[in-house]
Amino acid sequence: MLNRIMKAQRLMDTACLRLGRPINVMEVCGTHTVSIFRNGIRPTLPEGLKLLSGPGCPVCVTDQGFIDIVLDLARREDCIIATYGDMVRVPGKAGSLETTHGADVRVVLSTDDALRLAELHPDKTVVFVAVGFETTTPATAVAVGEAVRRDLKNFCVLSGHKLVIPAMRALLSDKNNRIDAFLCPGHVSVIIGSDAYLPIVEEFGRPCVVAGFEPMQVIEGIAEICRQLAEGMAEVVSIYEGVVRPEGNRTAQKLMETYFEPYDGYWRGLGRIPGGTLRLRDEYGRFDAMRRFGIEEIPAEEPLGCRCGEVLCGLAAPMDCGMFESRCTPDTPVGPCMVSSEGACAAWYKYGRRRRRHG
Amino acid sequence: MCLAVPARIVELEEDRAVVDAMGNRWNCRTTLTPDVKLGDIVLIHAGFAITTVEEEEAQKTWRLIAEFDEFQKKQEKGSEIY
Repeated sequence: MLNRIMKAQRLMDTACLRLGRPINVMEVCGTHTVSIFRNGIRPTLPEGLKLLSGPGCPVCVTDQGFIDIVLDLARREDCIIATYGDMVRVPGKAGSLETTHGADVRVVLSTDDALRLAELHPDKTVVFVAVGFETTTPATAVAVGEAVRRDLKNFCVLSGHKLVIPAMRALLSDKNNRIDAFLCPGHVSVIIGSDAYLPIVEEFGRPCVVAGFEPMQVIEGIAEICRQLAEGMAEVVSIYEGVVRPEGNRTAQKLMETYFEPYDGYWRGLGRIPGGTLRLRDEYGRFDAMRRFGIEEIPAEEPLGCRCGEVLCGLAAPMDCGMFESRCTPDTPVGPCMVSSEGACAAWYKYGRRRRRHG
Repeated sequence: MCLAVPARIVELEEDRAVVDAMGNRWNCRTTLTPDVKLGDIVLIHAGFAITTVEEEEAQKTWRLIAEFDEFQKKQEKGSEIY
């Protein structure tokens, strides 16, 4: 283990020395963000090597306009909102699901639970608020398939499902981006496969390294990125062996394609991303909450002073925001990056403070 | 959010399974991994198995989870960690 750490550190030092400028590695996945903090990896990196937390927390990249739609539906007496726990505290224009008066909100652990709710409450419409990246989407696809089979008329999906690759492309297309390489998400890659990053490497010449969440994996992932940068090359490499396959999970991919199609949806902080959001295909439009209730997606302005948008693009650190730790804390979150435990602001708040106080 | 936990399939009927991780058991679906067998270790995310994993990889994660648990307990007691 020590040998591996030494080797990783040597690769990182070499890259910093050879490039002679700061290196910015973006960890795309919120679970990596948390792993990096929990394991105290950041302080062990060379000074010139910075980790930027990317748009990999699905709650954080959900536009406030989408949250407002959820809250509107929650206020209807004929609806039950079923969602994963992460969404319950995210603030919209007026309150959150947690504070919406009279709302019937059920936290579910799987889409199976949401289907069961629909069967138990035939007099209500169960709206499954579906957020998440490719790891989570296949489960929603299975649920829609089952709703079709069971002819469930009181079940629908409000899809905020997002795709990782279009977001990476959007980040790199921004002229101001400072990203030298991506540490790619482990479990999204289980579904999409490591080959999915080949177009990013080819188009933008940035290393894409897939790693797991165990600390040694994260360190070796960053070291592999440094090796590539020092040698002036860009490749797709997966060090999450035995879990991530080049082709990914074809069954899951096929299910996603059967029920969903990409469109240009809004992301918080990143705006409209071409092909970045998934909606149900026309054939399954009757299960689409937007179509069922005749809702249109309108992007919302971010709360005044909130810099979550810049944080998500790696353009600002949580501490650069004037509200961080003062008005915005995990108990009184203003922006989504403070709500989700995987958000960059919440992670800095929880794990970064003590270190800063000690210098 | 894309957190996934490795667990061993201890019961399996069609695409419904009971899985076990570190003594905790729960239900999951294997719709996305149609080729799994009893005894396989799978990664579970939001109630669905998303891939099979090797024993060694799973052990690493289980050890880490146990460590996190201990770490959390220590932190709650307020002991200095830095």
